[in-house]
Amino acid sequence: MEIGLNHYLVLSTILFAIGLIGVMRRKNLLLLFFATEILLNSVNIAFAAISHYYGDLTGQMFAFFVIAIAASEVAVGLGLLIVWHKRHGNIDLETMTSMRG
Amino acid sequence: MFEAIAFYLFSFLTITMFFIAVTTSQALYALTALAAGMIFISAFFFILGADFLGAIQIVVYSGAVMALYAFGMMFFDTTRDVKEKQGNKFIVVCMGVLAAVLVVVIFAAPIVGDNIVALYPMTEGAGNTQEVGMVLFTKYLVPFEVAAVMLLVAMIAGIVLAGKKMDISLTLTSDDKIKEDENNKKVLL
Repeated sequence: MEIGLNHYLVLSTILFAIGLIGVMRRKNLLLLFFATEILLNSVNIAFAAISHYYGDLTGQMFAFFVIAIAASEVAVGLGLLIVWHKRHGNIDLETMTSMRG
Repeated sequence: MFEAIAFYLFSFLTITMFFIAVTTSQALYALTALAAGMIFISAFFFILGADFLGAIQIVVYSGAVMALYAFGMMFFDTTRDVKEKQGNKFIVVCMGVLAAVLVVVIFAAPIVGDNIVALYPMTEGAGNTQEVGMVLFTKYLVPFEVAAVMLLVAMIAGIVLAGKKMDISLTLTSDDKIKEDENNKKVLL
């Protein structure tokens, strides 16, 4: 039973779908951040698998940059979230609709 | 054979963990399940021969990012149950699956079109870490430096946003007091 590139792509798709469902159903902003981490990780798996099966290092390089972006996103996002929580006492998405469109 | 067993075992564990992280109503369960899922994902990188990426995954995600989340959760009220959006479940699932299929098409289109050429092929007789170093510090040197500057900016932003006036609870002080402090430039808001 040989594990091919398609196996990894299917796994990446399943994880991406889980992350997207999380993004759409979460209301708490902290748990919304968790769902975005799942999205980024699922794409990293696809990059690493393609990099392995085509003998090319570019996929791994992009995975590194994705990890760097995820780390800085967490730092800035949590900082903003802490400021918001200090000011308003909750981090629910509903309370942030200050722009009525 | 071992590769197949490892792949199916870890894919089952990863999907289960991420499913728990997305569906649970307890923030602490979500955090632990997410940390476990991150570690299981690094197993895929080790199977695929990307040893350095797997090590980075454990260090950065399970170490730094999860510690940062755990630190952030100390500020929030995490003991109460998380309220969820009461939307149409059918639409949510449909859109999630549709977008995921779109991602597969994006990834698979160059493969089907036979359009992938190895730009930086693996060198013979060098370990994965050596290869990564050679490519990262020659072809991707400028993006690497830009990423370093981005991380520095993010660090300063985190310090400025979260670190200022940590001893003052803004939820317990009155609005008038906060307005006054804002005018005196004491609180960054």
